[in-house]
Amino acid sequence: MVRSLQYAACTLVLAACARAAGAPQPLPAPAPVQGPQPYRDTLSFDREQFPSTYRRRSSPPVLIRNATILTATGQEIEHGSILLEEGRIAAVGTDVPAPAGAVVVDAAGKFVTPGIIDTHSHLGVYAAPGTAAEDNGNEATDPNTAQVWAEHSFWPQDPQLPLAQAGGITTIQVLPGSANLIGGRSVTLHVVPARTVQEMKFPGAPYGVKMACGENPKRVYGGREKAPSTRMGNMAGYRAAYIAAERYRRRWDLWNRSRTGDPPDRDLQLETLADVLRGRILVQNHCYRADEMAQMLDLAREFGFRIRSFHHAVEAYKVADILARQQVAVSIWADWWGFKMEAFDGVQQNAALVTQAGGRAVIHSDSESGIQRLNQEAAKAMWAGRRAGITITRDQALRWITANPAWVIGLDSLVGTLEVGKNADVVVWSGDPFSVYARAERVYVDGALMYDRNDPATWWRTDFELGHVPAAGRDR
Amino acid sequence: MIALLLAQTIAITGGRVLPVSGPAIENATVLIRDSLIEAVGTNVAIPEGARRIDARGRIVTPGLINAFTQLGLTEIDLAAQTVEQSVRREVAASFNVAEGINPASTLIPVTRVEGITSALVAPTGDFIAGQSVFLDLAGETIEQMIARSPVAMHVTLDESSKGAGGGSRAGAAERLRRILSDARAYAARRSDFERRQMRDLAASQADLEALQPVLAGRMPLIVTAHRVFDIRNALRIAREFSLRLVLAGAAEGWEIAGEIARANVPVLVEPLANIPSFNALGARYENAARLAAAGVTIAIVAGAGPGGTAHNSRIIKQEAGNAVSYGLPYETAFRAVTLSPAEILGVSDRYGSLQPRRVADVVVWSGDPFEFSTGVEHVFIRGREVPLTSRQTELLERYRTLPPRW
Repeated sequence: MVRSLQYAACTLVLAACARAAGAPQPLPAPAPVQGPQPYRDTLSFDREQFPSTYRRRSSPPVLIRNATILTATGQEIEHGSILLEEGRIAAVGTDVPAPAGAVVVDAAGKFVTPGIIDTHSHLGVYAAPGTAAEDNGNEATDPNTAQVWAEHSFWPQDPQLPLAQAGGITTIQVLPGSANLIGGRSVTLHVVPARTVQEMKFPGAPYGVKMACGENPKRVYGGREKAPSTRMGNMAGYRAAYIAAERYRRRWDLWNRSRTGDPPDRDLQLETLADVLRGRILVQNHCYRADEMAQMLDLAREFGFRIRSFHHAVEAYKVADILARQQVAVSIWADWWGFKMEAFDGVQQNAALVTQAGGRAVIHSDSESGIQRLNQEAAKAMWAGRRAGITITRDQALRWITANPAWVIGLDSLVGTLEVGKNADVVVWSGDPFSVYARAERVYVDGALMYDRNDPATWWRTDFELGHVPAAGRDR
Repeated sequence: MIALLLAQTIAITGGRVLPVSGPAIENATVLIRDSLIEAVGTNVAIPEGARRIDARGRIVTPGLINAFTQLGLTEIDLAAQTVEQSVRREVAASFNVAEGINPASTLIPVTRVEGITSALVAPTGDFIAGQSVFLDLAGETIEQMIARSPVAMHVTLDESSKGAGGGSRAGAAERLRRILSDARAYAARRSDFERRQMRDLAASQADLEALQPVLAGRMPLIVTAHRVFDIRNALRIAREFSLRLVLAGAAEGWEIAGEIARANVPVLVEPLANIPSFNALGARYENAARLAAAGVTIAIVAGAGPGGTAHNSRIIKQEAGNAVSYGLPYETAFRAVTLSPAEILGVSDRYGSLQPRRVADVVVWSGDPFEFSTGVEHVFIRGREVPLTSRQTELLERYRTLPPRW
């Protein structure tokens, strides 16, 4: 396979290949084909699908000391230290000795938080520079495209990725768009330079599935004289999809018990939905209005799955008690509102009211711009709550962009707080991250320094930028 | 209603006053009489019967100006019934947005409770979009709200204007030139035109008339352009016709900041616009700081922020704060949301600073206006305090405890 691709490339750019060859040399004998061998005795569904090839960068131990450490566990440590070793957080406290060979970072006056996590990103699937070629987020050809996977659209050279990293983002869930009732699978990624999406995939992260309520699906398909054209059409569409998925799941579960005879036909769309029913894929549900969220909770009850997070949920505050009782998170903006009818009732206290009711709030971006300052967005939401008399601690507000999003994407045991044993995804801020003037100064992913504001050599430039986008901080 | 008609004298005392036209004054008084500022300073006699507002520990500033918005022209962007910001004509010089402004728009209270008290309300369009007005964010009729109309002519010269140019930026530039020179020819031969003694001109009579103040240099031409070569095209055309050019956006402006400064062209800049596209591959956070450092007069506008230019025009404070953290001196940033836009739009004799005889658009803040922790405590527009309520505060109160109180 590899050889035939090379051959094809040379055929297409024959002159270049000939020039590269230089003086005629005998070609080396072809190496034996590496990688997975064709299996004779298994079928595709038994094999690992698009596995992560992410490897953490090696790094000496890093001790950051003398900082205000916001752990997102309820604890804030003044003059604290944190030790990053072998990709994990090895110690957090006030008196942490530096092991031999450690890089010691004096962070006096600075703040340390967990890496920021965005539950709702379209980086890579709606990549810059934003031509039709990068428009890969909505497979808007059918209201149910549960068979598509966001990772198959993702472009690792999206020049928006380094901008997010410079804002302290270490993990993103990349979702398909919201044109469809069921838009496809999400993928959870480390925000690191890579040649392939597999090199960014967060090992072990569960998949999510994007579902969308309300105006978007009915506008997209209603405009084509096709179902759904109404909100009741939306609901009928989800129900039909999950009725089919129930049947598919039953058939496969039955076959898997004996694994004899011909397996049922494989159907990618139903495979994803069956895994929702099995609880293996987390439902990420774009849904603005309070009454529609209640409808979706009933739909989930009908089919026996759980909704992990509503997304956008501009009216979550109206049903914050119900959402808290059902333990559904909400991934919301600090202050977006009014761009369409279902967003008209936005209030800046949404996150605070959800938190006050005992619910799990997340500040998300859904934006290549907003993702660069989720700390500021959380700050706006925190202060809007406080000014309205709703007590929100700094730790709670930090959890909106760390621990809570980690839970939404099913990675709360690995990331989202500064606790011993967790992945060393850490941001050093120039000051209190809830100030408009604070900036991410150092971003660590799995204990390795990926971005240092003061060291241009660390600034990630994508292939796309080379040669025509001036490097940050430099003239053209 | 009767009370509103009575003369009001208000003394805001004891605050740290940022007049913008001069240095900060500690423990100062701002005296408002009717719709105007009467005095600012530490030795201001407070008349008998004046309402006193204690601003000790507070910051008192002119109301912020957002110099590029569609406030009042849109309620819900995807509900066409509520959107009035553009007409379906590539050349719409005669289109003035004033009568499309809804004084009852919910966006107006939502914006002013955040300390933004006036705005440029501009049309949107891909080529010659029309004329903007300068608006106080309070009032029941457009006559009460509009401080100046028209203020500027708006033109777009970027990738969206290629269509008007037949598919090329060069075509758009050539068409704009042709319209401007025809407008000039029209003005010289009005009677010939009326007698149909002229060749066909490149725009309608109404549009040619509307361009006369622009050609006379009385009305600024605000050109939205981002790429270096779009900006240079705008500079070139402005030079050829001796126009009063203002750039809007200018995302790559930092790359030719010296050229823009030498042309004496101000820029309405969006500090958070840093997403690379073929409209501006060089967009970056340092734009505002680099332009200002080169000597360009800048106004900060909230255009690149989430949710569009109208609903979230309130994030102008966040835009300004970020411009500061990317190198813009604080005082320049504060001027860029008050006095500088007033100067650029030709209303600095009435807006943008705390000085006698200026319109009393005044805000009392709990702290640094750009900081998230800061709250707005009082907002005065044309000398009247506006309540700190909006549709959003009503929703909040309804749902503060659940189940809601109907």
